[in-house]
Amino acid sequence: MSTATHTRQAPEDDLALVPAKPRIGDKVFTGLSTGAGIAIFVILAAVALFLIAQAFPALTSTPEMLQSRGYGPFWSWVAPFAFGTVYSAFWALVFAVPVAIGIALFISHYAPRRLASGLGYVIDLLAAVPSVVYGLWGANTFAAALQPLHAWLATYLGWFPLFTPPASGTGRSMLTTSLVLAVMILPIITSLCREVFLQTPKLHEEAALALGATRWEMICMAVFPFARAGIVSAVMLGLGRALGETMAVAMVLSGAGVIKFDIIGQQNPNTIAATIALNFPDASGLRINQLIAGGLILFVITLAVNMLARWIVRRRAAFSGAN
Amino acid sequence: MTATALSKSDSLTAGQLPRWSTPATVVGSIALAVLVTLLLGPFNVGLAAVLAFVIYQVVTYCSSGLVEGPRRATDRLMTGFIIGAFLLALVPLIWVAATTLANGLGRFDLAFFNNSMRNVDGVGGGAVHAIYGTLMITGVATLISVPVGLLTAIYLSEYGRGHLARGITFFVDVMTGIPSIVAGLFAYALMTLLLGPGTVSGFSGSLALSVLMIPVVVRSTEELLRIVPNELREASYALGVPKWRTILRIVLPTAVSGIVAGVILAIARIIGETAPLMVAAGFTQSINMSFFSGPMMTLPTFVYDQYAYRGLPPEAFVDRAWTGALILILIVMALNLIGRLVAKRFAPKSGR
Amino acid sequence: MFSKKLAAPLALVAASVIAFSGCAANEAAAPATSGGAASGLNGRLTGKGASSMSVAQTTWIAAFQTANPGVTINYSPDGSGAGREAFASGAVQYAGSDRALKDEEMGAGKFAVCAPDSNALNLPVYVSPIAIIYKVDGVTDLKLDADTTAKIFAGKITTWNDPAIAALNPGANLPSATITAVHRSDDSGTTENFTDYLAQAAPSVWNQKSAGIWPDAFPGEAAKGTAGVVGAVQSGNNTIGYADESQAGSLGKAQIKVGNEFFGPTAEAAAKLVDNATKVSGRSANDWALKLDRTAQGQYPIALVSYALVCEHYADSSVANLVKSYVGYIASDAGQKAAQAKAGNAPLSADMQAKLKTSIDSIK
Repeated sequence: MSTATHTRQAPEDDLALVPAKPRIGDKVFTGLSTGAGIAIFVILAAVALFLIAQAFPALTSTPEMLQSRGYGPFWSWVAPFAFGTVYSAFWALVFAVPVAIGIALFISHYAPRRLASGLGYVIDLLAAVPSVVYGLWGANTFAAALQPLHAWLATYLGWFPLFTPPASGTGRSMLTTSLVLAVMILPIITSLCREVFLQTPKLHEEAALALGATRWEMICMAVFPFARAGIVSAVMLGLGRALGETMAVAMVLSGAGVIKFDIIGQQNPNTIAATIALNFPDASGLRINQLIAGGLILFVITLAVNMLARWIVRRRAAFSGAN
Repeated sequence: MTATALSKSDSLTAGQLPRWSTPATVVGSIALAVLVTLLLGPFNVGLAAVLAFVIYQVVTYCSSGLVEGPRRATDRLMTGFIIGAFLLALVPLIWVAATTLANGLGRFDLAFFNNSMRNVDGVGGGAVHAIYGTLMITGVATLISVPVGLLTAIYLSEYGRGHLARGITFFVDVMTGIPSIVAGLFAYALMTLLLGPGTVSGFSGSLALSVLMIPVVVRSTEELLRIVPNELREASYALGVPKWRTILRIVLPTAVSGIVAGVILAIARIIGETAPLMVAAGFTQSINMSFFSGPMMTLPTFVYDQYAYRGLPPEAFVDRAWTGALILILIVMALNLIGRLVAKRFAPKSGR
Repeated sequence: MFSKKLAAPLALVAASVIAFSGCAANEAAAPATSGGAASGLNGRLTGKGASSMSVAQTTWIAAFQTANPGVTINYSPDGSGAGREAFASGAVQYAGSDRALKDEEMGAGKFAVCAPDSNALNLPVYVSPIAIIYKVDGVTDLKLDADTTAKIFAGKITTWNDPAIAALNPGANLPSATITAVHRSDDSGTTENFTDYLAQAAPSVWNQKSAGIWPDAFPGEAAKGTAGVVGAVQSGNNTIGYADESQAGSLGKAQIKVGNEFFGPTAEAAAKLVDNATKVSGRSANDWALKLDRTAQGQYPIALVSYALVCEHYADSSVANLVKSYVGYIASDAGQKAAQAKAGNAPLSADMQAKLKTSIDSIK
């Protein structure tokens, strides 16, 4: 009985094989939804075309040309920013995912049922804060509050490559930025995870509990396998936000065009989106093309990460009993 | 998990921690943490909280492990982590809210709601032009994105097969990666192409935001439609209900609370966008009633402008920035409430 | 069914939109009354460009619109580059730029809003002193020279009690703390002018060309915009940075050694920078693109000079009239003083104002 609930595919309509009279409603609805899908195709094709056309001059210019008219040879210019984008998003996920799953579980399985939806609302409020405000708060309040932690890490854990001294004097480091990003993606991941956890078949949960499992064991046995694909989807949504976040990073991070693994230092690898925002207003000519080419790289990075995640979902799905 | 950990009492029921143990451990670890922090130097709330949590977890795990066995101990440990995660998330929320309120209430007055910034320099002025712009631009972006996104999600989960569906899924993934400023540039370039150089308008701002919003709507909605149990669909078909009505009356209502939450999150995501709107919707100090021509101010650009380009006295500008931010947050909160009311009306009664 | 359930929330949203749309108490119905405007000027002017003069433009626009109710001017502080692009493409009628147009950017026919045979004019209308701001415990009156400043920002001097700083500040109680130097993370005219000063006045230390983007070779912390730098210097300890003088607030402002004298970032001392500058060669008599001399005597050498970019001849004569009277107001004594009160810039000297007036009068 439960296999049916698990089937994560829409019914491919064995029923539809029975010849029924064609219904106007069905036709209209199919047409509408297909049309919407095609519309997305068209929008994206337009954006992609625009991006490529604008990036083209920068990608085809000689390094000397870019040195004099742009920001320097393209690949060596963009490499630190590409690294910074992935690196900051990585840390943001490291901080956010466990907490987000914890919160989602708290709301779905731990909190008193009367409170649960109210608590969900409270967490959603985090998403209500615009990124400019996160930027203001992160740069002026949060960074200053974290500065002693930076100094402490540099003094006592300086031997560890992530905490190489000297520490930032104002706290606007990769660590602070990732934490701000983590806060920003937290509600996104939580919201979707929560909904997926709530959809776990009650029978599975009760079966696990009846076999004597503790609550945590029940979650491991019944909730997580059911929700795995949903969790990955949620994480990918959060990741998309973290990779593309512009204003908060631009305002909080003390960034430069360097590749460094140290997360508490003064000079941190900047992200592509922040670099575009920081330099775009004063850019002209070839520099605009170069910044948009940077945007194209961000595009490719996001795509690669998404494909990787989808591949993981598919691979794990093949092994898990849930699907 | 083999039951190797037979404690001395050797019973599954008898070996349990007394009910008072949890509150006692909480109080004890907080007291201990505060004490240790005070001994180390000037009192630091953050340090004390972290310390209290660690002490609680260690004490609970050890005591429960001794009395109840490792399985119960792990359960208690994870419960601690999960409640801890929730409390942890409240920290930035309260912190940001407190900062915004403390700084934003100063100018939260009537003048802020019925004045624009036209001919205002220094003190005074308001954000009515930006509030109006935000409501219009975000509203239209939502009107474009939600139908397109919802229908696409329905296509993907209910109809989609083969190359087109896979292609759309792929492209939705790609679209989540569009840097927000690129979306703004795209809308700007498109309108320039269609209507001549330098065309900025509220509408092109809406277009830019739609490009950002659609993939978020599709992603969250698709995921929720997929987990609607198939029994419901089959039951509906069995009663002879056509597919489109099944989707509209059975599938969507089942997932509606999640869909609304997803849409609200998507709105929250775009309502605070600054960079694309600066490019596409432009910049003005006056209210602009025409949605299709002329620059239109929005709250995020207003906040950013007031914060970044201050005149004299600077405090007047910073105060306006925070008040703008406060209003932006309040708008999203209000939307969230409205969304929940809508969801409640549509959602089927369930045991959940 | 759907519509009925949705009606209430939708109505609520619609009602709030309508409620807001009607009321901007400070906005008169300008177009309706424009006929009776005393000046007889009418129309809409759009400018775009440097964010550095955003506040000054707001001030000028407010005063100008009050005097000419039939006119609406919008200036978007999108940035110098965006302003130059928009001016060239014809999207705006004037632009603000933190640098003059380069020779290769100039030329008749390159500007869509100008008449086909018309070149652009660079008019230096906005001078703003850049202060070296600091927050160091126990230090209230910091004095620096070019080499020391360059070494601090290049990361070669790392503590406050360094002998080089001590030599310039005899008797000051300098702590042994590490210096945190804060610079702009965004591409900006402020950075360009600051690094131009370092490159001109301390070439032995500052071996990089002047640039709007901070060179990655030199360490230090980066913060976005003037507000970001001021915030970082304010929230940190033992910090130093550079920012628009008017935004320094309660932070200390260093005095800079020029020749044998020390100058603070005052309006008069900074305005001298423009008077001491030479005209870029090869431009028309009415073009005032300037080559700044940061080492000249008797001036505060670190200031931002922003230009208004206009046409020699506008394709549309009504636009020419609007630009003439608006930019004429900007460059007048009244305009310069009005901006000083709100933006804290350094008013142009009477001499420079007269030169600009001649140029502006020539606009057709």
